[in-house]
Amino acid sequence: MTATDLPLPTPQGTQGVPRVGEEDPRQTKKDFTSDQEVRWCPGCGDYAVLAAVQGFLPDLGLRRENIVFVSGIGCSSRFPYYLETYGMHSIHGRAPAIATGLATAREDLSVWVVTGDGDALSIGGNHLIHALRRNVNLTILLFNNKIYGLTKGQYSPTSDVGTVTKSTPVGSVDQPFNPVSLALGAEATFVARTLDSDRKHLTEVLRAAAEHRGTALVEIYQNCPIFNDGAFQLIKDRDSGRARLAHLVDGEPVRVGEDHVVVRSGGALTVVPETDAEPADVVVHDVAAEEPTQAFALSRLDDPSFAHVPMGIFRQVSRPTYDDQVRAQVDGARASAGGPATDADLADLLHGGDTWTVTG
Amino acid sequence: MSTKPLQRLDRVVIRFAGDSGDGMQLTGDRFTSETATLGNDLSTLPNFPAEIRAPQGTLPGVSSFQLHFADHAVLTPGDHPDVLVAMNPAALKANLADLPRGATVIANTDEFTRRNLAKVGYQASPLDDGSLESWHVHGLPLTSMTVEALADFGLTRKEKERAKNMMALGLLSWMYSRPLEGTEAFLRAKFDRAPELLEANLAALRTGFNYGETTEDFAVRFEVAPAPMAPGTYRTLTGNQAMALGLVTAAHRSGLPLVLGSYPITPASDVLHALSALKRHGITTLQAEDEIGAVGMALGASFGGALGVTSTSGPGLALKAETIGLAVATELPLVVLDIQRGGPSTGLPTKTEQADLLQALHGRNGESPVAVIAPQSPTDCFDIALEAIRIATTYRTPVIVLSDGYLANGSEPWAVPELDDLPGLDVTFATAPNATGEDGQPVFHPFLRDEQTLARPWAVPGTAGLEHRIGGIEKADVTGHISYDPDNHDRMVRLRQAKIDRIAETLPPVEVDDPTGDARVLVLGWGSSYGPIAAATRLVRSAGGRIAQAHLRHLNPFPADLGEVLRRYDRVVVPEMNLGQLAMLLRARYLVDVRSHTAVRGLPFSAAHLAEDLHRDILEVEGDTAGPATTDTPREEVTR
Ligand code: SF4
Repeated sequence: MTATDLPLPTPQGTQGVPRVGEEDPRQTKKDFTSDQEVRWCPGCGDYAVLAAVQGFLPDLGLRRENIVFVSGIGCSSRFPYYLETYGMHSIHGRAPAIATGLATAREDLSVWVVTGDGDALSIGGNHLIHALRRNVNLTILLFNNKIYGLTKGQYSPTSDVGTVTKSTPVGSVDQPFNPVSLALGAEATFVARTLDSDRKHLTEVLRAAAEHRGTALVEIYQNCPIFNDGAFQLIKDRDSGRARLAHLVDGEPVRVGEDHVVVRSGGALTVVPETDAEPADVVVHDVAAEEPTQAFALSRLDDPSFAHVPMGIFRQVSRPTYDDQVRAQVDGARASAGGPATDADLADLLHGGDTWTVTG
Repeated sequence: MSTKPLQRLDRVVIRFAGDSGDGMQLTGDRFTSETATLGNDLSTLPNFPAEIRAPQGTLPGVSSFQLHFADHAVLTPGDHPDVLVAMNPAALKANLADLPRGATVIANTDEFTRRNLAKVGYQASPLDDGSLESWHVHGLPLTSMTVEALADFGLTRKEKERAKNMMALGLLSWMYSRPLEGTEAFLRAKFDRAPELLEANLAALRTGFNYGETTEDFAVRFEVAPAPMAPGTYRTLTGNQAMALGLVTAAHRSGLPLVLGSYPITPASDVLHALSALKRHGITTLQAEDEIGAVGMALGASFGGALGVTSTSGPGLALKAETIGLAVATELPLVVLDIQRGGPSTGLPTKTEQADLLQALHGRNGESPVAVIAPQSPTDCFDIALEAIRIATTYRTPVIVLSDGYLANGSEPWAVPELDDLPGLDVTFATAPNATGEDGQPVFHPFLRDEQTLARPWAVPGTAGLEHRIGGIEKADVTGHISYDPDNHDRMVRLRQAKIDRIAETLPPVEVDDPTGDARVLVLGWGSSYGPIAAATRLVRSAGGRIAQAHLRHLNPFPADLGEVLRRYDRVVVPEMNLGQLAMLLRARYLVDVRSHTAVRGLPFSAAHLAEDLHRDILEVEGDTAGPATTDTPREEVTR
């Protein structure tokens, strides 16, 4: 399934994290809800994601105290305060780095990163791509509202060209990032996209992400009713959305709406009416493909007009994780030396090299 | 064994100088090791260009290694070499100015070709034109001697030539009666897989040694008796090695894993290298994507209950500033090693400086106090690492350690401590709720402080019932909830400062060295300038001057009695390798009219020049009773 020989087994994402015992009381949504008043704007898409996460965490079966949410800066980064788990609301863009240190130091934690389009893709772009390529065991929720909310409405690295904001009164000129394309290019092992208002889809994707061992990046299209209202309306709306969404299902042909399919055409993919498609050209989704090429091509179907938008899991492959391997090196060094270093071993270390003795 | 007369010396300073590719650092290291095993006290100063291979034969490409060894306590690598080994004209030209008349020059004549001479602007060879009359010059064809000695080896000419540093090492080892066994063992390990190269290097080493014995060029051999040292086991350590050993020792004694997040940077990378080899001791090293990632990883590990450490130099400290501020706000332990180098910006990557003091203290937004400490010698880096971990874990605070390039690469003998003699490090995590909520249920308040230290509890994820959220946004005292309340912010700012100030309660009083007990001038330093200042003090005293010396290892907070100590003297002189940063802090804090003595040449202070300056201070304060000053011309700038 993967491109490398695995030096290590690649267990499930939450393996090693203590679970709620049979005899323990069942955890509920309430157990995961902190006493802090939620302070997003009314109608903000963040509420729906919070509710979905609070609702789904008990089902993961992990002990609450072994779950940690680390966030950066931005509206969505307030997320950890509202969850009755451990959390750190860190600084702008740095959550993936902090989470990497935490996840590597502590195998027994389920570590989540909550970030936004500005946090993850602008100021924290470097940490994000390196977390992805390293494949640290993290679940990253990237809330993409295509705008800076907390600083009151400047364009973001995912805003469409021509976006008019206070900082771009005659329109932004820079090409936006496609977060899914970026993640795939950064060697991510799990990349998915979902929508704040589709509770069922959101929950399914989050569960798969949590169970993935390695870095799972989930782009969540999230509406900001204050500064970028309706950014995703075309796909949220039941009627217009139906014709535009391509729900990615592993092993199935990729369909857009009810009567279109995605076909190969030259090096790229296009969308054609199903009746016009050569069956051999129809793209069959393969989340576990070793090469991310097809997943990348699917991510390129997006365009600002939302003519067709693939949703779901683009890629899900197994590759040894950074933290597992780092710990294995420490464990291996200990094992080959006959166990963890003792005081006597420390004394030997201090006495290493060329020594000489002065007698009294 | 030797037929030549043996002359006893009390101290020698040797400088090996050559092209960056000539292996001078290795040669110096080996000579140091041989010298250490003989029981001399010693101090070293490697000095090399930032370029890995600067253009061959040029002045910028010169790499040197200076070693001072003696039959008594050594404080510095020495101001002036007694012997210069110059492997090419550039090495001679770059170093001649530091060489007092009468000193010995051993030059590799093979490299004094017209082309090489021209590269550094010599019209004629200084070996022949009489311009070196005032020095004892031994011109030896070291390269061709080496090639000749290795004639029977199946190596290329280039490979043979490369062994010329061993030829030089052998000769110097003979001259100063150093044993070869250590170097032979070292070569055996190094060329484990290349027997031909091993034999060639051994042969070059021995040929150099034997050459000294047989040639008429060298009439006498020297020896330097062992220095009196306390009984014990010794080894030599560089500052970076000592720092790594200190950290691993702290990890052992605290029973916690240590996680180093680091990004390669000169002159700090050797700390990363050293710790990377100590996985067996529960050390995890993470080479991050950048400086910010490195400190973020360390802080994440600290949140998880490990000892989070990051190592860097000045430019990296600048990048880490925001994350260090986050550690101040979240009140988590974090150790930041800043191995300072010349600045600003890229500055002088391989040269030393002490100009990050104010950055360490104040280089963050907001009132963001952290503990700042500095080692005073290469091996003091071991103790300072333990101290950093003590402060960080006891007070749940970032600690910035200010080492520098001179300490990092310089080496000296180290008495290997017994583990039982080292301070203990007891770290306790919170395990249970620490308060009762309004509903009568037990609750956990993450910012309920220890009364004595003002530290907040360290409650690590995985502890049931203590789930809590921390972050950079201001938190309410005690409960740790987000708070924008003005009074709360005022209180928290003051609490964070008070917590750092309380560290002073655990610091020893300032140790003042004043043998006559009636000095009116105090010289006060910090960090790596200890050796040169102590050497200067020694010079002043041997010339009859009265001077007191004290040194700060704690820069924030200062020891509690520092102000009182300063006020005891008519004059306080503060030498620093910056433009007077500590002096400014002392003036501001204690309203004492501190005199600043500064030099930013990328090199440690010259003890002689410092001594002369101190003498002038004594004269000004005491009038004619101060005794004669030394005669050297000062080179360091003196700001008054
Ligand atoms: S500004 Fe937008 S993203 Fe931020 S809380 Fe308000 S609605 Fe949500």
